[in-house]
Amino acid sequence: MVRDIALGQYFPGKSIIHRLDPRVKIALTFVYIVFIFIASNFQSLGIMVALVFGILLFSGVPLKLYFKSLKAILFVVIFTSVLNLFYGGGTTLVRLFGFMEITTGGVINAVFITIRIVSLILFSSVLTFTTSPTELTDALERLMKPLKVLHVKVHEIAMMMTIALRFVPTLLEETDKIMSAQKARGADMESGGFMQRVKALIPILIPLFVSSFRRAYDLAMAMECRCYHGGEGRTKMKVLHAAPRDAAALAFTGFLCAAVVFCAVWFPPALS
Amino acid sequence: MPVIETKDLTYTYGEGTPFCKTAVDHVNLSIEKGELIGLIGHTGSGKSTLIQQLNGLLRPTSGKVLLNGRDIWAQPKKIRAVRFQVGMVFQYPEYQLFEETVLKDIAFGPGNMGLSAAEVERRAREAAELVGLSEQLLERSPFELSGGEKRRAAIAGVIAMDPDVLILDEPTAGLDPRGRDVLLSQIMSYHKVRGNTVILVSHSMEDIARIADRVLVMNSGRVEMFDTAEKVFSRDGELEKIGLRVPEITKIMAMLKSRGWPVATALTLEQAVRQLIPLLKKGAHHG
Repeated sequence: MVRDIALGQYFPGKSIIHRLDPRVKIALTFVYIVFIFIASNFQSLGIMVALVFGILLFSGVPLKLYFKSLKAILFVVIFTSVLNLFYGGGTTLVRLFGFMEITTGGVINAVFITIRIVSLILFSSVLTFTTSPTELTDALERLMKPLKVLHVKVHEIAMMMTIALRFVPTLLEETDKIMSAQKARGADMESGGFMQRVKALIPILIPLFVSSFRRAYDLAMAMECRCYHGGEGRTKMKVLHAAPRDAAALAFTGFLCAAVVFCAVWFPPALS
Repeated sequence: MPVIETKDLTYTYGEGTPFCKTAVDHVNLSIEKGELIGLIGHTGSGKSTLIQQLNGLLRPTSGKVLLNGRDIWAQPKKIRAVRFQVGMVFQYPEYQLFEETVLKDIAFGPGNMGLSAAEVERRAREAAELVGLSEQLLERSPFELSGGEKRRAAIAGVIAMDPDVLILDEPTAGLDPRGRDVLLSQIMSYHKVRGNTVILVSHSMEDIARIADRVLVMNSGRVEMFDTAEKVFSRDGELEKIGLRVPEITKIMAMLKSRGWPVATALTLEQAVRQLIPLLKKGAHHG
């Protein structure tokens, strides 16, 4: 039920992708996002798709989990691709209601956008499946360090993210428990109209809020007891070190990006 | 006729995945009306999974739960009615409080049953009295109460539904010694006044020994023993093997017996004292 959310969950493992430096993984994810939009024809897009599938296989995470995270965004994919069917030039294929036209360009647009979104989700799933939340925020903190010049509270932001991520499973479990307890008192969450269903949430949300605040106070107290006072002068127990494999990953991606740019320029664009 | 019966009750978590785990394994039970059952077992022995199936919060993977002779899943749409008949108090039930006043919170359960407003209030007030919450507390916000009072208010919320069977999961966890004593004697008096079946899950062997008619011992999803408290706690070797123990005083008496003292098994301090005082007065000793 509530636990079926696969998006953004860590799957422990020892694959090469798992062992990459998290900073490199985050940077590569950004590079991927940029290049998936640079890829403007099927040749260049093919390279990007091949890359993401190669990484999926190397990640050692069961493919079932990737499908699960895709399922979560299925609606978004269908919605955007259907919408795209109606935008684009080319010859008209079908005419609906007199004014809506599905064109060849629209179909290509729809296919393109679907491939783009799916690859994006798959790539970022690789990041979250193979990187533990702590590594992730650690790397983010390190990557955002230059922003300190602009007085951005980098450490505090990273700490908040760590805590938020840490408490997602805890709160889910808590929600499950409270739901069971209220169901045991005859709360009916499965039937009734919209307003009734919203009302049925009150007995769950209030206890959840109360316990979240209690947890927050307890956590703040526990952190203070261990002399936490923010990021000033704080050192790391596990300092991130880039290894040769990280350089290799960067070089390989660099090579593919060059290939994508080459294909995008050499072959005619598929999008109108 | 037993009030609750289970037939080959089995529950498997994550069936069909590599992580599947059978938490309750072919359990056959029969509990009579008016019994006070103590349920013990090591963490992960399947106690919670078992009790959640008894009131239809979990649907068995296979097997049946019979309530007054009828399969509770015969009509899945009417499962709510089962939850009113088998009241369930979860661990740390005070975290489920949400209403503006204690009275309204206690009335949540009976309110869901579709009773008249007057009847709901009557039941709520009666339940509050049973757990010893005073009149003036009922108009306060549940979040203003002390820990022990919150716990009792939450229990009252379940009692107010007037269930045939009341299941309590570790009701005394986290209470101070006085709070536990008070709560336990309230549970006993509820059991006496209403004559209903009570199933009490506890890690405290002392509590179980004090109040249970029969003790159900679970181990890795199976029923290990189900007998009178006296008989169960006389098998201390077996209990220790599955990560449980017997009450301290029972152990002391067993040790005395093994050293030749003419004593019988005792489950509570009072029982032990009654046996030991005359012995000490006589100065009887095996020499």
